[in-house]
Amino acid sequence: MAISFTLNGKAQSVDVSPDMPLLWVLRDTLNMTGTKFGCGMALCGACTVHINGEATRSCITPVSSVAGKKITTIEGLSADGSHPVQQAWMEEDVPQCGYCQSGQIMSAVALLSKKPNPTDTDIDEAMSGNICRCGTYQRIRKAIHRAASMQVGKAKSAA
Amino acid sequence: MANSSVVNRRDFLKSGAAGGMALVIGFHLSSRAFADQAQDQEKKVANPFDAWVRVTPDNNVTLILGKSEMGQGIMTALPMILAEELCLDWKRVKIEQAPTNPKIYDHGTGGSGSVAGSWLPLRRAGAAAREMLVSAAASRWNVSPDTCKAQDGGILHGARKNFLTYGELVSDAAKLPVPDFNTVPLKNANDFSIVGHDTRRFEGRDKATGAAIFGLDSRVPGMLYAVIARCPVFGGKVKSFDAAKTKAMPGVRDVFTIDPVGQGAFTAGGVAVLADNSWAAIQGRKALQITWDEGPAASESSASLRQQFLDNAAKPGKVVRNDGDAGAAFADAAKKIEAIYEFPFAPHATMEPMNCTVHMRPDGAEAWVPTQAPQWAQEVIAKTANLPPEKVIVHTTLMGGGFGRRYQADFVMEAAQVAKVSGKPVMVFWTREDDMQHGFYRPASYHHFSGALDAKGNLAAWKHFQTSTSIEAMWNPKGEESPEKSEFATAAFIPYQTPNYRVEYTLAKSSVPRAWWRSVEHSTSGFVVESFVDELAAVAGADPLEFRLRLIGEDRKIPDFTNPKENKPLDTARLKGVLRLAAEKAGWSKPLPKGVSRGIAGYYSFESYTAAVVEVSVKDGAAKVQRIVYAVDCGRPINPEGVRAQVESAAIYGLSATLHDAITIKGGRVEQSNFHDYQMPRINETPKTEVHVVMSKEEPTGIGEPGLPVVAPAMCNAIFAATGKRIRRLPVRAEDLA
Repeated sequence: MAISFTLNGKAQSVDVSPDMPLLWVLRDTLNMTGTKFGCGMALCGACTVHINGEATRSCITPVSSVAGKKITTIEGLSADGSHPVQQAWMEEDVPQCGYCQSGQIMSAVALLSKKPNPTDTDIDEAMSGNICRCGTYQRIRKAIHRAASMQVGKAKSAA
Repeated sequence: MANSSVVNRRDFLKSGAAGGMALVIGFHLSSRAFADQAQDQEKKVANPFDAWVRVTPDNNVTLILGKSEMGQGIMTALPMILAEELCLDWKRVKIEQAPTNPKIYDHGTGGSGSVAGSWLPLRRAGAAAREMLVSAAASRWNVSPDTCKAQDGGILHGARKNFLTYGELVSDAAKLPVPDFNTVPLKNANDFSIVGHDTRRFEGRDKATGAAIFGLDSRVPGMLYAVIARCPVFGGKVKSFDAAKTKAMPGVRDVFTIDPVGQGAFTAGGVAVLADNSWAAIQGRKALQITWDEGPAASESSASLRQQFLDNAAKPGKVVRNDGDAGAAFADAAKKIEAIYEFPFAPHATMEPMNCTVHMRPDGAEAWVPTQAPQWAQEVIAKTANLPPEKVIVHTTLMGGGFGRRYQADFVMEAAQVAKVSGKPVMVFWTREDDMQHGFYRPASYHHFSGALDAKGNLAAWKHFQTSTSIEAMWNPKGEESPEKSEFATAAFIPYQTPNYRVEYTLAKSSVPRAWWRSVEHSTSGFVVESFVDELAAVAGADPLEFRLRLIGEDRKIPDFTNPKENKPLDTARLKGVLRLAAEKAGWSKPLPKGVSRGIAGYYSFESYTAAVVEVSVKDGAAKVQRIVYAVDCGRPINPEGVRAQVESAAIYGLSATLHDAITIKGGRVEQSNFHDYQMPRINETPKTEVHVVMSKEEPTGIGEPGLPVVAPAMCNAIFAATGKRIRRLPVRAEDLA
């Protein structure tokens, strides 16, 4: 039975087992490999996507539960890497192996949408579900602060 | 002097890990071993326009990367070297992964050796290409090459009007004779505009947009996804299985067994489940009914291993080094202390689980492999397919972490076996549980130290007994004859002067697979040496920094006892240099805020020098690292920003082993399974880390690993300063702080 949802702004329908986690639907059915598999138990955050704007671990989210919802993946943040968080990630040279960074970025975007100017404590709380084995955490912190100031700058210039 | 040489890794490297499959690889990930490969690389002088740089007539320049990118930044650092000699505009450079071809490239990536080993060969290759382009331009203009100059991706003669781009020259240049690599003029280092300058990671954009393709992201038309059920007990086998339920599940395409493969590959074998997608494969595996023959290792446990350590420690070990007479010195000593240090197995826990995609056809094979050893992957697939290696195309993908784990070929062997039976393109992938329970772990070890000070506070004697589950004993078929080879490194040539220096070793047997974990034996050797010298400083009533500097003494070169034939000694001036620099930047002599204490450590590994000052607060039975100040001297830094990133990374990896890392064994199997029972540091545990890079002009040396060995001892020395408690077993436990 087909399950329909909005994926990165476009209508999407898949005909898969309803208990299949969204992660594998994205990766194997739709070949959208930006979202990563790390643990399969919502312990590492590599698979983080947004479902109706909330950062969610797609590895334990049955695809049936997202019917009718809006999903954003790393590929949907921007067409060209121009999202302020992506820009900040490049400018702070955050990634090393890079495998966890899609999830880190999706968690960071969700944090900034709720707290446009987070403190280090806010960052630690929001980001401690995302493991980085390369230990890029210090740069993640810096990049989130940088993205916050970029977004503030953007908001000011728009006003 | 020495009773036996600790290591002769080069001989092993040359002979290879010859086993049943004759899987010849660079055995030990020492930077020297990889530098040996670099010497081989220099012998493989190819036309640089075939091997290293591709220029198209529209003047696009692509630099070829012969090593594997796993996060260490080699995809940026090595092309920087080529671009420097080629006088390119870095912003316009494109970079491409080399095809797997060991006749041209030495692909093996490990031992923090890629920059050290590639520096000169790549400079020469870049310079040769540049000289060929200069010659081509000079001929075109009919002028002397001496009057032409390479600049911004072209050749300039006189005023700017005589400028030809490399694109306009390449068809002529590539046909010219290749200059002698030994005499080709290299750029003056004072003119460097790329090397030595902070440069952002080349593939950083792809990694921020999800466009980067890792092994697990490989997609081939018609491919299947497979997981393998392996016996949870090391060395166990399938006795019988029933796949009826699995085969009835939607999406499952095939179920069959694969055999374990021994020496070299070290695969467990098991039952493979092939499916249309990853999820169906995982679900299908859960439904298998398997009876295992657990084999002789089923009784092994961490407790039985510890008993073996204790039994070994009760007897003298094999004498590895014996200077003077330590026994007599202890009898006469003014002060003497003893300490026992213990380490568990540690897993690599790369974020991207192991995986390999292989398509085997009668006439050839193609594979997509996240590997530190593409040449080995090619050989494994070729042998399994009964094909010559050149018929196996191996695409080296980006890796979601390596840390030594991806130098193995076990996951490649499994994929080759499964693909051979299937005939379809198949990705064999591991789940996190597979990764945690079927890894190759950093050895578990037990160290008994004795030290003596004379009346003046000099080091009268140093004795180090070690027993461990040696890497050498597993990988070298004759490794049990000299298992100590892989277990000491700098612990067998400490920089602290003593006339009486004794090192002993006893092998502890285990069925738990071991291999090279980030910084390998330095991770434990650095801890024990830099912890015990700190204990001696405390007994002497001396400042830990001053004590170290005094015992290191005058500027001198200490031969690498583990690799005596190599002329790569420990330079005490450089070691003292980083100790002093870290101390100065950390404000060693200045008071700390209330509740914060500091510790220091300095160490030599992979021909580089690192020191760290760690600030720690201990509260409610937990130690929190507040700040780490590093000084590192890795010779000439190619990309200082990349050096800082690697050291920041090694700090967290090292803290992981200090705060959390422990793989424990019960019933012959690993007790941990995923990130709930195996914790790694998260952002809330991350201290402020400063890395001060010495802008040296010495030859570049390793940096992927050298940041690691100092962080744990510096942290635990800080805990001692805070609490008076010595941490002698890792990871740190709450009861050891109370």
